[in-house]
This record gives sequence, structure tokens and C-alpha cells, in this order.
Amino acid sequence: MTTSETAPPAPSSDAPPALELSGIDKWFGPVHANDHISFAVPKGSIHGIIGENGAGKSTLMSIVYGYYQADAGDILVGGKPVKITGPQNALSHGIGMVHQHFMLVEPFTVLENVILGAESGRLLAPSLEKARAELERLERDYSLEVDPDATIESLQVGLRQRVEILKALYRGADILILDEPTGVLTPQEVDQLFDILRALRDQGKTIILITHKLREIMALTDNVTVMRQGAVVANVKTAETSREQLAELMVGRSVLLRVDKTPAIPGAEVLALDNVSVKDGQGVRRVKGVSFDVRAGEILGIAGVSGNGQSELLEALAGIRPIESGTIRFKGTEIDATRMRDAREMRQMGLGHVPEDRQRMGLVVSFLANESSILGHHHDPKYTGKFLMRQKAIVEDVAEKMDRFDVRPSNPLLRTSSFSGGNQQKIVLVREMDQHPDLLLVGQPTRGVDIGAIEFIHKRLIAMRDEGKAVLLVSVELDEIMSLADRIIVMFDGNIVGELTQEEADERKLGLMMAGEQLGTAA
Amino acid sequence: MSTTAPTQVPRWVTHVLVPISNLVVAFIIAGIIIALIGEDPWQAMKLLILGAFGATDLIGFTLYYTTNFMFTGLAVAIAFHCGLFNIGGEGQAYVGGLGVGLVALYFGGLPAPIVIVLAILASMLFGAAWAFIPGYLQAKRGSHVVITTIMFNFLAAALMTYLLVEVLIEPGQQAPRTAEFASNTWLPYIHDIIRGLGIPFGQSSLNLSFVVAIVASVLVWVFIWHTRWGYEIRTVGANQAAAIYAGISPSRNIILAMMISGGLAGMVGINEIIGVHHRIILDFTAGFGFVGIAVALMGRNHPLGIFFAALLFGMLYQGGSELSFDIPTITRDMVVVIQGLVILFSGAMEHVFRPHIVNLYLRIVGRRMAAEPAE
Amino acid sequence: MEEFFTMVVLIADATSRVATPLILAALAGLFAERSGVVDIALEGKLLGAAFAAATVAAVSNSAWLGLAAGIGFSVSLAMIHAYACVTHKGDQVVSGMAINILVAGLGPTLALAWFRLGGQTPRVEGSGRFHPWHWPGAEALEDTPILGGLYSELVSGHNMFVYIALLTVPITAWVVYKTRFGLRLRAVGESPEAVDTAGISVDWMRYQALIITGVLCGVAGTYLSIAQNAAFLRNMSAGQGFIALAALIFGKWRPWPTMFACFLFAFTDAVQTRLQGVDIPGIGVIPVQFIQALPFALTVILLAGFVGKAIAPRASGLPYIKER
Repeated sequence: MTTSETAPPAPSSDAPPALELSGIDKWFGPVHANDHISFAVPKGSIHGIIGENGAGKSTLMSIVYGYYQADAGDILVGGKPVKITGPQNALSHGIGMVHQHFMLVEPFTVLENVILGAESGRLLAPSLEKARAELERLERDYSLEVDPDATIESLQVGLRQRVEILKALYRGADILILDEPTGVLTPQEVDQLFDILRALRDQGKTIILITHKLREIMALTDNVTVMRQGAVVANVKTAETSREQLAELMVGRSVLLRVDKTPAIPGAEVLALDNVSVKDGQGVRRVKGVSFDVRAGEILGIAGVSGNGQSELLEALAGIRPIESGTIRFKGTEIDATRMRDAREMRQMGLGHVPEDRQRMGLVVSFLANESSILGHHHDPKYTGKFLMRQKAIVEDVAEKMDRFDVRPSNPLLRTSSFSGGNQQKIVLVREMDQHPDLLLVGQPTRGVDIGAIEFIHKRLIAMRDEGKAVLLVSVELDEIMSLADRIIVMFDGNIVGELTQEEADERKLGLMMAGEQLGTAA
Repeated sequence: MSTTAPTQVPRWVTHVLVPISNLVVAFIIAGIIIALIGEDPWQAMKLLILGAFGATDLIGFTLYYTTNFMFTGLAVAIAFHCGLFNIGGEGQAYVGGLGVGLVALYFGGLPAPIVIVLAILASMLFGAAWAFIPGYLQAKRGSHVVITTIMFNFLAAALMTYLLVEVLIEPGQQAPRTAEFASNTWLPYIHDIIRGLGIPFGQSSLNLSFVVAIVASVLVWVFIWHTRWGYEIRTVGANQAAAIYAGISPSRNIILAMMISGGLAGMVGINEIIGVHHRIILDFTAGFGFVGIAVALMGRNHPLGIFFAALLFGMLYQGGSELSFDIPTITRDMVVVIQGLVILFSGAMEHVFRPHIVNLYLRIVGRRMAAEPAE
Repeated sequence: MEEFFTMVVLIADATSRVATPLILAALAGLFAERSGVVDIALEGKLLGAAFAAATVAAVSNSAWLGLAAGIGFSVSLAMIHAYACVTHKGDQVVSGMAINILVAGLGPTLALAWFRLGGQTPRVEGSGRFHPWHWPGAEALEDTPILGGLYSELVSGHNMFVYIALLTVPITAWVVYKTRFGLRLRAVGESPEAVDTAGISVDWMRYQALIITGVLCGVAGTYLSIAQNAAFLRNMSAGQGFIALAALIFGKWRPWPTMFACFLFAFTDAVQTRLQGVDIPGIGVIPVQFIQALPFALTVILLAGFVGKAIAPRASGLPYIKER
């Protein structure tokens, strides 16, 4: 880190910066979420904050708008140090937050949502009238047209976001923070949002945009701060940097935990997807017509920042979520994946699934370890007779598994919740891998796992692939993908933006793709 | 930073000490109420325990009540394991009794063991049927099982009243109840069995259904923790996302759990109808269904805990009954008050005291460890 | 014709009397549910208020003191529910059940200990009881055909509680839909996180809602024991708290439809005594129990989604826990 990279950009006028952070530090237990963050945001600018998952961006902004308190450091608004005790207090300093997950009351109208908490007086009618006039003024000034009497339920996502922005403006926000605002928008809605943000800036408002998408940074911002692993790695003027530079800074040159492995010998096709689209629970299309295949004896890695459709894709393949359209072929047979399938069916066909969120889905934390270890396989004849389950056999089997995978403590009778993250993950892995599936779906296998266990898990995945099985690995950790996968595809915004072999891949290329750049596009 | 104080509390603190404290608080408040009405709580407690356990016939009555509470407690517990709150035990028990009574009335000619087995099956079947609709509506249409089971309690009362007044009433009689059943449908009384062995034993309502209840407890224990259907039910109750991940169907298990729950509650009919009254009478369930909720909560939804909790309430019911002879101001209603307090403190407010108890434990243990000489 | 008219008036009369506690209790439930708190203890509050009102009225010979006591006791019960469920995030259904059972036992226990009348309170008369209001000119107009009868029988001659119950409906509608408090109340039940980020305390809103619940149930319970009747009797609420809950669901948590549901259920009750033994052409005699079961059966059918959807406030039943 050189000083020219980290010094805040010199203010263009003598006016103090709208917002300045100085030495902001925050710990969550052993995790150093924000490491002495310092930068300044000039008034009337659009400032971008870019970084991967876990870089600390959201935590930082939560401190700025008062949801959390920093452990150390100062916040200055308009040059004066302030103490921000909560969201209401932040608003009184002119800081308003537009959340990623909207805080709106669905059956209410736009007008009602805007005045909630900022009503003027006991009776609604006068409040609504006054607000309506003000709202119409705001809508005109900032091109934020939306029908004040429409219910939120009836509005498209892009319009709902406008209501969130209007809420902040109505309460007098001069500094607007937007957290990953484009995740749920269509491309047209994104462009409209950009126009609105530019209009706001031109009227003197200050915008802070948190994102992991390079296109947005380059298209919209005046300055950008790059964060990685809790610290600021760069503060630059957007005009003076490039996509490649930002991508490299974002992803970093960390030491790779390369696993020794022989080249892959891919065999027959095990899984093939053709133009598959998947919608999430809210009806938003998250996977947009992807096609790829996975062969026996290889590990296919899917890289990308979380939230770009990988989770929905994984659930669709595992049989937990129906697909919207497209075809899936598993071991040569076409599967009817448009209906809700039985995960048990998929297992019987030879699929293993290590879910991304082991606590929510892969285990039952209140169960004993041996009970969690048979989840999904509890009909297996070696675990259960016609009526009774073979408790002794289960405990013995699980104890043996735990030994083999070095789960500590290797006691099947302990509650699942008392195992550390790494050991819990090993329990899930050995459970799925021991069924010798032809295809193993793995999501975030080393999230929250200690170094020793990471190495162990990686070795096991390679071993599976050497036995001639197929592995589909989804991970947000670039190191992991680069060291394990034989082929890497990158997902961004529901699409596959590129495919690389292990030899071809490096941080720069992958970083670019993860941030939305297609390979081969001009710099 | 001191490393002597432990950060993890042992299981016995959270699983035994906290529940017992909740119980103690409930009883202390009950004692206060007794004092409020001008009686001596300690005297009352003494008379209560004596009234429940002081003689063989009294013990018999206590266990007779315990039998009912075991059935309804098991019923509530198994539904809880699937994440469901079955408040319909009252109605399911009522309808279960109908099944028992119908078998006794129309199949009374068959040899005793066959009738009794048929009656047991009928009680389970009828009780399960009454719980089926609420279970189905919850599983397939998302109708809240709490509201539907409350409604079904009232529907059961209306149905049974109608049947007893218009359809099944003993011909030529005024009272809304059926004719008395043939004697070979009567479950043997326990005191008769014991006396038959040459041991003197006081007469009470305690009958063979007590044994059925114990068998049922064991079977429920086996089912929940030693079969794959019990495993699936528990998974659905603990974590629906994990259940779906594992290929377990939440709706199927919800319906199954409710039906088993209703069947267990229905078995109250065995005790009341062919064990004690030998005819179907109005309102024989007398609030037993609701006691089941207290019993399940106190017993932490485990058959062993349920047995002791049922025994406690059996003691309260029987002891309370005797108590009201000596202290006329304390009636069965006081037992209901205790019931409500138990549900409040062991159920709704079960976590209120936990942090304080845990802190107390940590302080005591920390102090003791700090007092040990350093190495 | 004269006879038919008389019957209509009498049934309407009875319906209003039965509907009164239902309307008050159902609206009480409306405030709780709209704020996101499930309250199945309407029954318990009803019964508890009835007991408290009858006791104080008997002792002080003042019906108004009785009303104050009824409201006070009901609010206390609501606060127990609030403390367990809002402050300590306890299970709302279990808490409601506990309160119902507790009151069912506590009333007769205290009544027996204090009055030695087998679990009921002494009869109240005169100033210890609320009497029907006779409107001016009712007696004079009695004999006037139709209108006079309507005025003297139906409009005049009701207990003040009946008029209060009817008034409560438009007042509730006004509070819930036209005031700032009502806006926030509805918001808390649908989207507590939106309310929280707007700087409003979710817990305090819920406490306020439950206080109102307590007050309305207090009025309803007082009516039962010292207006409609003259003493507290064991279990005198007889499930009306649950019928009120059913009416609330039937009315989809909105004041006017809930009132109509209450009238509907009250009507079935008023009519069943007249229909007993009456042979209806084509159907025969309807058993009285079937009519009594009607409110409950209708609610189940509604909940099953056969008569349109009954969608509760979205946050109903879930304790609000701030997310990380």
C-alpha cells in the first residue's frame, strides 16, 4: 500500500467533505471487521466503495448510519465530529440509508410508507396532505416519479427502491448511502437508477454507493474506495484508475493454498445444463439461461460474488428448488426439474449435496451429532431395520466416519451445535461423500472453517475427483476455486460470463469477470 | 483476563435446574394465593400430599388421574416434536371416548379380551380422525393448527352433546348418557387384580388402562427416538429447511404427527369410558386435555418427564380433592390455578429466569475456582 | 303479522345483547393482532374482568367501581401477556393458554374464599348493577304501530354497554385508519423492521395495543357480570372469548366486518332457542347443538380458505428480534 493509493483525494474546493471517516475500527469477536478505515467523501459527489464478500463494506456503512457503534475512530459530517447513536440520530445529521432489503410495509401506499415515523401530528389526514405536497416536489426535483397512492405490493422492484430513496430525502438526508442497490433490478431499472443518482448529485446531494460491480463504479462514481478483508487498500479518483487496477486491488495477491494434484482425466458427461433459468422465492429470475457440463473425474468450479445466482442454481440441481425453464441431464437421463422434486430421489440417483449454509440446511443443530450424520440417508438399510433404527450401528458408523475425517471431538453423542464450524462441515462432507455419489454438489465448503480443516477438506475433494467422480464446487473464495478446480466458470448477475481452465486462470482475469466484465472486452 | 470462570454451563443447569426453578416459582405464587384467601400454604401442602399418597386407595385414585394425563401429555408432546401446538386434546379425547363407547355398546357380546382390544383401537382411530382435519388444513392450506384445534374442541362438545341427548341416550331415561355397558367390556380394576394376589389394596378407580398408558409411553419413546418416522417428525419440527434438504416431506409428517397425537389423546376414553364410568357421559374429559399441555411442557416433551409431570398433576387432582374436604375454601379450582401458573412459567416465561440462574451458577463456580490456590 | 313483528323485535333485541360482549372482545383482539401479537386469552380477560367487576360491585355497591376493577384486572392480565411475549419473546399461544386456565381457576377460588357461595359472587342490585336505559318517550310510543314498537323495544331499553359496543366500532375504525397511532399499529403488525428503522419502538407499540385490548375486554367482562347478569358465575364467559376470536378472523381483522360477524354469530345464538323443536319444511328439526356449533364450523371453513383467504397481519405471532 503506497501513500498515494490510500490518501483521500484532495478536495476540489475549500468546502469540508460531506463525510469523513478517520480510523474507524470494529471487532466482532475474533473477526476484525473494520481495520482503521479512513477516507473522505467530498460534498456533491458519488463515492463508490467496492470489495468482495466479507471485505467489511456493509459493517462500515452500518456504523455510519448508526446501526452499530465503532470500537474506535471518528466520524465527521461537514467537517465536524459527530456521535451517531442510531438511525434516527444519523438522519438528524443528514445521513440516510437505502437498504438492500427494503424496509417497506407492503399493504401501505407509497405516501403512508414515506410518512411512517415522520408524521406531523396525531391525525393522519393533515400529515398525508402535507406529505403529498412535499413528496410531489421531491419527485419532480429528482425525477423520482412514483404514484403516491399506489400500494407497495403493486409496485415493481425498481419503483420500490425509489420509495426507499424518497423516504430518506423526505427526512432531509443530504448524504445517501445505497447498499448493493442493483441486485434485484433489471438492466433498464439500473440505468434509470443511475440517472436518478446523477440528478441527486447535481442538486448537491452526496451519494455513497456500496457495490461489488465494476461497471457501476466506472459508470457512476467520482471517487472510489477499495476495501479488502476489513481494510482500505486504495482511495482513488475514478477517472484516474481502470477496471483492471480495481479488480486486482479488490481481489489481491494473497498466498495461494495450492494443493498438489495431478492433471484431471475427464471422463463421461455426468451433468449437463442447457439454457436453465431459475427464479427465487420472490419470483425474481436469478439464473438466466446458463449452460454448462460437468464430467466424471473433474472438478468444475463456479466462482463469483455471492448473490449472483449460484445459490439458486445449486438448490435447483439438488432438487430443492424447481427451475423455470431449460433442461438438466444427469448421467444421460433428462430430469423433469420444473416441478418440486424429492431430494431423496436425487440422492438415490447418485447425487450428493453439501449445502452452502450448513447450519440452516445441512444439519439440525439441536440434534446429536450421530442424528445429523444420517440426515438424508436415514432410510439406508445399514442405519435402519424394518421398524427400528439400528442405534448401535449408527453410532459405530458415525464414530468411524469421525475418525476418518478427523472430526474433533470424535464423539457421536455430542450435540451438533457444540462442534466448531470446521468440524460441523466435516460431518456434512463425510456424510455426503461416503455415499459415493457420482456427482457431488458443494457450496462454500470452507466458510467459517479453520486452516487445518480447510486443507483436509480440499484433499478429500481432490481424492473424490481422482476416483473418477464429478464435483461441482461453488465458492466465493477465489483461492479455493483456483487451487481446486480443473475448470472455472464465473457467474455474474445470473449469467456465465466466462470459462477458464486452471492453467489459464489468474486473479486479474477472474477478478474482472466476477465484477461483471466479459473476457476480451476493452479496458 | 481471568480464564478461571467457565463460559459453558453444564447441561444439568439448563435442563434440570432452570425447569425446576420455573416450577418452584409457580408453586410459590400458588402458595401466596392460598395465603391470600386466608389459609396456611404449608398445611395445605401437607394435606395435599397425604390426600394423594396416604393410603392405597388414595394412591389408586392418584394414579387413575395420572393415566389420563399421561395420554394427553404424550399427545401434546408428539405434536410439539413436529413443531405443532395441539390444543385439541380435549375434543380428541371426547371423540376417542365415543369410539370406545360405540364398541362397548355394539360389540359387547364378544369375549372380553377382543372387545377391549377393539375398544383401544377405536379410541385411537376416533381420536386420530378428529385431529386429522386440523392437521391436514395446517399442512396443505396453512391454517393455523392452534385456532382450528380450539374450534374443533367446541365442535366435539356440540357433537357429543347432540349424540348423547338425541341418539345414544339410554331408552326411557332423561339423563344425557348411554346405557351401562355389559360387564365383560369393563376393564379390570387394579385393586381387584392386586387383591386377587392376596395383597390387601384399597378400592379406587385405577384400572388396567394405567398399564396401557405405560406401554404407550414406552412405544412413544421408541417411535420418536428409535424409528425413522420419528426421526422425520423431529427433523420437520426442528428445522424445516433441513427436512426438505433431506427429502423429508413436511406436510406428510405434520399430518402424521397430528393423527398420532389425536390417537393418544383419544385413549383417555379407555380409562374413563370402559375403565371407570362404563357408559358414555357428558364432559368426561373435564379439562384433561388442557392439563396435557402443562404436563408436556413440564416434562420437556419426553415420556419419562411426562410420567413424572402426570404424576405431579395426578397428585394435585387427587390431593386437591381430599384437601377440599378439610379446607373447604381450597377446591379443584385451585388445582386449575396451579395448572395455569405451571404453563405460564414453564412455557411462556421459561427463559425469563434462565440468565439469572446461569449468572448465579457462573459466579458461584467462578468464586470457587478463584478460591483454589494458584499453581 | 303482529306476532311475526314481535318475534323479529325480540330476536333483534336478544341479538344485540349477545353481540355486545362479542363486539368488544373481538375489537380488543383486533388491536392485539394488528400489532402482531396473537392473543387467544380474550376468554380469560373476559372472565377475569367479570369476576373483578362483580366482586368490587358487590362489596362497594357501586357498579362504576366495579367497571374500574374489571378494566383494571383485564389490563393486568394483558400486561402479563405483554411481559411474557413482547419483552421476553415467549410463545404467544402458550401464554394465552396459561392466562385462560389461570383465570378459570382463580375466579371461583377467590370467590369461594371471600364469599362462601360455592364459587360465585353475591347478587348485586340497585346501584351495584348497570340497568337498562329507557329513552325519553319510549313508554308513550309503545303502542304506536311498528315505529313505536321498534323505538321502545329495540332502540331504547338496552344497557349502556350495548350502545358503547356499537360506538366502539366506528371509533376503532377511526383510530386504526385515520390516526398516526393507527398507522404505526398496522405497520408494526405487517413489517416491524420498517417501524424499527423509522425509529419507533416496536415493543412499546405492542404494549400500547395490549393495554387497549385489556380495556375493551374489561368493559366486555364487566357487562357480563353486572349488567347482563347480576353476579359472577363460574365459567360464565362460556367460550364467548373464542367466538369473538372467530368473529375477528371471520371479519378479516377489520372493524366493520368483524362487527357484522359478531352480529351473525349472536343471531345464531338468539335464534336457536326459537328454533328448538321447530320443524323446518324440507330439512326437519335442526338439532340445537348444530346451531351452537355454527360459529366454530364457519371459522374452520374460512381458515381452510374456502370462503376467501383470511390473511393475518404478516408479523402476527412472531416475536420481533433485531437481526444482525
